[in-house]
Amino acid sequence: MTEPLLFADIDEPGLNTLDVYARRGGYESLRKALTSTPEAVLHELEASGLRGRGGAGFAMGKKVSFLPKGSMDKYLVCNADESEPGTFKDRELMQKCPHMLIEGIVIASYAAGASRSFIYIRGEYQLQADMLDAALVEARNAGYVGENILGSGHSLSLVVHRGAGAYICGEETGLLDSLEGKRGNPRLKPPFPANQGLYQGPTLINNVETLSTVPTIIRIGGEKYAKLGVETSTGTKLVSVSGHVQRPGNYEIELGIPSREIIYGLAGGPPEGRQVKCWFPGGSSSPVLTAEELDVPYDFNSLAQAGTMLGSGAIIVVDDSTPILDVALKVAKFYAHESCGKCTPCREGTNWTVKVLQRIEDGQATPMDLDIMASVQEHIIGNCLCVLGDAMAMPIGSMIAKFRDEFEVHIESRQLSPVGASRALEVAGA
Amino acid sequence: MSAFEEAERELVERTAFARAGAARQVPRYDHGSRVPGWDQAADLDKDPAEIPDPDTTPVPDDLRAEIEAHMANYPDRRSATLPALAAAQRVHGWCSPEAIDQVACVMRVTPAYLASVATFYDMLETTPVGRHSVYVCTNISCSLCGADELYAAIRAAAGEDTEFNVRAFECLGACDIAPMASVDGVYVGPLSVEDVPQLLDDVRAGRPVLPDKQLARRLVADPRANSREFPLHPIEAGAAAGSVEGELERRS
Repeated sequence: MTEPLLFADIDEPGLNTLDVYARRGGYESLRKALTSTPEAVLHELEASGLRGRGGAGFAMGKKVSFLPKGSMDKYLVCNADESEPGTFKDRELMQKCPHMLIEGIVIASYAAGASRSFIYIRGEYQLQADMLDAALVEARNAGYVGENILGSGHSLSLVVHRGAGAYICGEETGLLDSLEGKRGNPRLKPPFPANQGLYQGPTLINNVETLSTVPTIIRIGGEKYAKLGVETSTGTKLVSVSGHVQRPGNYEIELGIPSREIIYGLAGGPPEGRQVKCWFPGGSSSPVLTAEELDVPYDFNSLAQAGTMLGSGAIIVVDDSTPILDVALKVAKFYAHESCGKCTPCREGTNWTVKVLQRIEDGQATPMDLDIMASVQEHIIGNCLCVLGDAMAMPIGSMIAKFRDEFEVHIESRQLSPVGASRALEVAGA
Repeated sequence: MSAFEEAERELVERTAFARAGAARQVPRYDHGSRVPGWDQAADLDKDPAEIPDPDTTPVPDDLRAEIEAHMANYPDRRSATLPALAAAQRVHGWCSPEAIDQVACVMRVTPAYLASVATFYDMLETTPVGRHSVYVCTNISCSLCGADELYAAIRAAAGEDTEFNVRAFECLGACDIAPMASVDGVYVGPLSVEDVPQLLDDVRAGRPVLPDKQLARRLVADPRANSREFPLHPIEAGAAAGSVEGELERRS
């Protein structure tokens, strides 16, 4: 990779203040954008090929263009609810360079014609919300946010809205309901938020990393940005690597590099003497890949071809010291806890998956339970208003498919005495 | 008094004493469910909850001002529900019926509406809890690094101390410092079981919690990010969970 774009000197003292950010060329992209037309800014965003960094990977420019033209109230919502297990990239950006996000929001709102914007940040991120609030005061005082920004005629209000702890509020329509002051239940789509979102008005929703990339795109130009990465996945991406690796943390990579390079090269691989058993390439919602699939290029399409997804860019590595049953149970319990309960397949499916896995753990399962569990997953996918249920069904389904032998050993061994159980696992190499 | 009301009252009394440690209980009907049975009609004689009367609902001035400031931020005042409930929780310690009444009075919504929201979100407490929150992340990345043992150790060390609200929490978004905890909103990690006594002592003494292990201090992991060496971020007393005013003051 050439130069980091988002992480360039991110730990410079005072980067969270307007002084240092402006000295480093901050808000120059905003000036540049405001001197051209909204259509020209939109053109740059489309030319960049930037795909949403929150999970779905939808083309950002296209999303902006979906908003209807006209003089109605339009909204821009920044999704800072980052709660996908394993993801912590937005935290780093908001805490250390909040002005970059604010600048991106103002530019995107200009392209989309939005006059009100909100940053929905998860309630647990108190430090990051404080940083954003303080940066917002500075930006307002400097005239970058508010009425008639830099004399362009474009006005934008911006509010930092703190959530209160609910994974489902990272789902865009659940987020909108929560922002309207309700329980965070997802809505039926269509209508999509671009047509009917916040307060029933056209709404653009983007992730923190996506919006933070916008100033860079305006600065270097959309076409130049598109030269980074690979054809269908342009640019750089922040990846959060965690779990059984020696150097967990955030890394900025150029999309398309081999996954092995991230897990072993950057994060140092699993501890001495242990091997990768499986890894989640895009948060705990993504189907797991095995050690044989470490050479898959890390970009949207290559991971989709491998039967999984890039998601939020959160790589969780599990080494061979952990039974797959523990991983499955942890993942399933999380989604059962976070299911909002609105759609039956998700509410019941997550619940029953936990019960079956617990049955295996307790030594009361039969091999048939694996088939039942696999069929439960199939019946969740695609049958709910949002993808929370799918987000459990996909990784659990992939674990059953790829580690069926180990599950079967678990089922048999747990029915024996404790001593027999551990021996049977040893024999099976699990 | 119906069986449900009785159970509810008993529960409120019980939780007032045995809070930390006890599994969260909900009032239940005789048949064990939280909803009335199919053959039990809803209580049609019960008065609907109304928007509290400002004359009979005293609200602390600070709280009222804060809630009104939040309402002014949005085109629809109901959007202020979460920040308003969070503010009331800071004043009352939890979303007590009194706290909810006060928010309802200022926001001009029914207490039932607020209760429906408060019960949805993990960070809004609907039973009395200890003053200091310790959220231990026990999701996948942290548990791979020993979070379950850490949680058990903190639970054991906090014991019956009613000052603490120790909870296992879903992913807190800090897997790089796994296993970790959020102590009164301050992220600390990676924690080992040996850190637990110090952690609790720091909270009791009102000191910054484990300053060397605070997330706010850490540099990014990516070695290519910084072109030169930068110092670790300083931790000042109470800075990590500081107010916006404090943060602005530090910047000027």
